[in-house]
Amino acid sequence: MTRLTLHGLRKSYPGRGHAAVHGLDLTVERGSLTALLGPSGCGKTTTMKLIAGLITPDAGEVRLDDADITLLPPERRGVAMVFQNPLLFPHMTIAQNVGFGLKMRHLPPAEIARSVDAMLARVRLDGFGDRSPVALSGGQQQRVALARALVLQPKVLLLDEPLSSLDPGLRDEMRQLIRSLQQDTKVTTIVVTHDQAEAVALSDHIGLMLDGRLAQHGPPETFYDRPATEAVARFFGGVNFLEGRSERGFFHSGLGSLALPDHAPQGPALLTFRPEAMRLGPGPNLRTGRIDAVTFLGTQTRITLSVAGVALQALAAPDAARALKAGDELTISLPPDVLWLLPTG
Amino acid sequence: MRGSLRALAALALAGWLVLPVFPLAIWSVAHGWRFPDLLPAETSGAAWAYALSPQSGVLQSFGVTTLIAAATTLIAALIGLPAGRALGLHRFPGRNLVFLLLLAPAIVPGIAVVFGLHGILLRLGLAGTIPGVILAHLVPVLPYMTLVLAAVFSRFDPAFEQQARSLGAAPWQAFRTVTLPAILPGLMTAALFSFLVSWSQYLLTLAVGGGRVQTLPLVLFSFVSAGRNDLAGAIALLYILPGLLILAVTARRITGRGAALTEGLRP
Repeated sequence: MTRLTLHGLRKSYPGRGHAAVHGLDLTVERGSLTALLGPSGCGKTTTMKLIAGLITPDAGEVRLDDADITLLPPERRGVAMVFQNPLLFPHMTIAQNVGFGLKMRHLPPAEIARSVDAMLARVRLDGFGDRSPVALSGGQQQRVALARALVLQPKVLLLDEPLSSLDPGLRDEMRQLIRSLQQDTKVTTIVVTHDQAEAVALSDHIGLMLDGRLAQHGPPETFYDRPATEAVARFFGGVNFLEGRSERGFFHSGLGSLALPDHAPQGPALLTFRPEAMRLGPGPNLRTGRIDAVTFLGTQTRITLSVAGVALQALAAPDAARALKAGDELTISLPPDVLWLLPTG
Repeated sequence: MRGSLRALAALALAGWLVLPVFPLAIWSVAHGWRFPDLLPAETSGAAWAYALSPQSGVLQSFGVTTLIAAATTLIAALIGLPAGRALGLHRFPGRNLVFLLLLAPAIVPGIAVVFGLHGILLRLGLAGTIPGVILAHLVPVLPYMTLVLAAVFSRFDPAFEQQARSLGAAPWQAFRTVTLPAILPGLMTAALFSFLVSWSQYLLTLAVGGGRVQTLPLVLFSFVSAGRNDLAGAIALLYILPGLLILAVTARRITGRGAALTEGLRP
């Protein structure tokens, strides 16, 4: 197991105004699965290519444990990358594809065949070895691509949007396969994704990248409970933001004074709370407003309401919201422990 | 209806390609063939015997021509691969200018540059030598090679190479095991063109070789101008041999399904 450390990583492309990655610091612990999450164009894929050695950074370091691999060519890093497209070599069979890296290491053919068979069984493609890549479905091709990387027992495994080319039905299956293979092999893994639900379901840690920088890094739940900035909160579906001032345990804003949790920081701040954390009905920090719209979303119902001229959104179980309709008065409460203060600006 | 049309077209094409060969074949075995006889009165194997004998130097010329065409093709491939790759995969300032310069030998008449070229090679001590002729042949050959390979590379996804590198392949290994198989049909097309373009050079060889490098077209022309129709016919048949051979071996690859030619030249 290997720890991967990125330190001050910076990369810009000529002709583009801003750097693709600027000043990225990230540590991926030994044997963990970290999701590198962010909107498209935030520098995720560039970061992966920097780790894989396919491009060289303008500044900064890539380290595996204590070894600086920043300038090492890709084939000597022990970092295997699986791309968004399976990229199976079309002129080789499935077995030759999976055995490709072992062949590059000049291992004896019998040993390669053994490893390839075992690996194909792990991704539930036993007996597919002699087929051509074109004879496989997209999901099967992606599993071959995964097998082709894992059979090398890399120090670090990089998966670039491994689920994005798959049908929704196959994604769940592939996600579970990735998770179980990672837990069996304990290979330090980074998965790039733009889908926060995918990142949450798949990983031990999430690194959220916004505009080429690491905006927040930690276990998935911290992005919901304790977002670092407004941008992080918005990326994870945050919709309720109130400007105001925190003083002696109360937040003064357009909603009047709301009781804050203990040890809340003092001074000007941006208050946020999850739409699903707003309680319908009486409780602490009680307020009354008028419903603007009720939208049924399937597993949840979204309620848009105005409280003292402030627009808020709540997400409730459909049963609890069944009787509500636009124009109704609604009493809500905001328990102090769901309130979270963000720095302003 | 469509079938018979197609058959007719095939026949016409075959006739167009094959018919001109017949008079050559007849000349090569004729012993006096005068107008208005449809066929020569007598036949003789003397022309062939002489053409294939060491005294005529025809076989030696055949060897020299093959050597020059093969070497030219090889060197053109070594230059054309990286050049075609850069032109096909990357957008860079001056790219259109490079294309224009590459096309120049096809636009500018050879005779306009050949004496300048001769002067340069003379100063380098390469005039009248086989390496000099090979260098001169590269002028018309390189555009074919590079432009075909640029088209091939424009349809190649370099992510395959990155994938190979990230799986532990060194640059050369990635090229050999992943890139080369992908571009091979196009590379073969380009090589065939190059070989035949070099094979059929007359003017450049004459000017740069200064008569000391006797390729087949030069030998052929000297017999034609000497009025030896029988020898000219025999040598001409030898001369078209590689083209026919290449066509026979690669016709399916070039024009059939998954064809090298269409593959390489599709925009």
